[in-house]
Amino acid sequence: MGRHSPGRLFAGGVLLIVLLVAAGALMPKWLTFLITMAASHGLVSLGIVVLMRGGVVSFGQGLVFALGGYAAALLFNKLGVTDALLLAAAGGVVSALFTLPFAPLLARYRGIFFAMLTLALSMVLYGLLAKVDVLGGSDGFNMGRPTLLGMRLPDARVGYVMYAVTLSVAGLMALVARVYFDSTRGLVSLAMRENELRVEYLGGSARQAQAINYVIAGFIGGVGGALTVMSLGHIDPNFSYWTTSGEFVFVAILAGHQSVFAVFLASTLLEVVRSFSSLYFPNTWQLALGLFLLIVIRFVPRGLGSLWIARTGKPAREAT
Amino acid sequence: MSAAPLLRATGIEKRFGAVVAASELNLDIAAGEKVSLIGSNGAGKTTFVNMITGYLKPDAGSITLAGRDITRLSPRAITHLGVARSFQIPQLCAELTVLDNMLVANAVDAGALSFWRPARRPQAVARARELLQRFDLADHTGRRVAELPGGVRKLLDIAMALTGSPQLLLLDEPTSGVAAEEKYPLMDRVMRALGEEKMTVLFVEHDMDIVTRYASRVIAFYSGRVIADGAPAATLDEPEVRRYVTGTLR
Repeated sequence: MGRHSPGRLFAGGVLLIVLLVAAGALMPKWLTFLITMAASHGLVSLGIVVLMRGGVVSFGQGLVFALGGYAAALLFNKLGVTDALLLAAAGGVVSALFTLPFAPLLARYRGIFFAMLTLALSMVLYGLLAKVDVLGGSDGFNMGRPTLLGMRLPDARVGYVMYAVTLSVAGLMALVARVYFDSTRGLVSLAMRENELRVEYLGGSARQAQAINYVIAGFIGGVGGALTVMSLGHIDPNFSYWTTSGEFVFVAILAGHQSVFAVFLASTLLEVVRSFSSLYFPNTWQLALGLFLLIVIRFVPRGLGSLWIARTGKPAREAT
Repeated sequence: MSAAPLLRATGIEKRFGAVVAASELNLDIAAGEKVSLIGSNGAGKTTFVNMITGYLKPDAGSITLAGRDITRLSPRAITHLGVARSFQIPQLCAELTVLDNMLVANAVDAGALSFWRPARRPQAVARARELLQRFDLADHTGRRVAELPGGVRKLLDIAMALTGSPQLLLLDEPTSGVAAEEKYPLMDRVMRALGEEKMTVLFVEHDMDIVTRYASRVIAFYSGRVIADGAPAATLDEPEVRRYVTGTLR
């Protein structure tokens, strides 16, 4: 997308969001819910893609997903903050603040060490959440229905409004992520993935870039967690469990690191496969998921985003 | 030699266990000099370059750049003071295009990395293209680095180092791995591009024809010591250099 100006990018993105929100009014409820989950979960995977572009993968983004979700639910239940947009932002801020002290430490590690350390952090949080009774222990707790800009959401429309809110917030963050990927800092981050030594000898700091990416991924994931819990109305420690983190990694690998749009497409595909597999093969849906991933890795090793980037004849360039 | 050298190494010592990589190195490099470092493998040339760039720290002694002590500074800090380097094996981003590699160098050189300023904004692209033009790399602008031949990669590696207009440029074996008939054209392009900058250059080289043709001064290393230092013809004619470096004296 480096060939498009930020203005045109935003205009196109906003138009797409408006069209999707309008289309949601015609969709059945199960589909709007599925897309809502895909968009909110896709944000967490987008955070992983931010890290992937710098050359590392987090196996523990369930950490920020849970932090954002718990932060939103607790603000709602304990402090009476009910606005959906405010809760989404709060989820991101709390997650980002939590990742802040760990970022310089994690930025020292690469490859499997980075991945396992992030996984360890998420599992520590899982253990804590499961043991703390005031947070509902292993059962978690419910939260009520959020409001939007001071308006109460009627029963019949709450699903659609949350769909619109989630899509709007996710779309906006996707556009911001695209701007970041196309920025000077974004390009240097991509160069780190290729050759960290060179970036250092040009005068750039790989560790600083990695730390910043981790905090950004934390913020995005936290927003995703908050949006998810608002639609579900319930949160439990499984938000931070390693299998949840694994699903986010699955989506990031399926999408590849080149395209923001591909992340949400991949997330939607996962939700579709999950829903239909659960329906038709309730006990073996993970098998279908595994086979699906094998096919993707075999035939589209660079992710879904490479499908339309390859068509431009510029394999390593960016797309929307 | 001018009174205030650009680079001064004083009493540099460096050991790796029993191996002496640098012993009592005392060198002054004046601004604008084109200096070639020669010596057999293990003589201490690359160790010296690595100490200048901050990758290695000397056990004793000091290195100053334009009067400022850089001995204990990090490679990044030294880069920001105006020291750049290329590598024996070009260090590039293989999956990015030639232009994007230059834009990475541009972006880092600009100092203030931004979250929103486009990396491919017209001014940055124009600056990158201008430098690529100087190295005759304009035809390769849109190609992925992974697709490029070795000589072109060498040139790109040097062009990236030059992006920040450094005071001192270190070239680690710029012609190694390049076909014999390509060496002179490659060095001609490099020196032509550097000539416009009037830059101080230290280059490590094994090909004595290249050394004779492009260096204004030659420093010969053997076992971590400087065994000869001076004009190319005179230095290469020194008995110790002929015995230990060029192998023309038995």
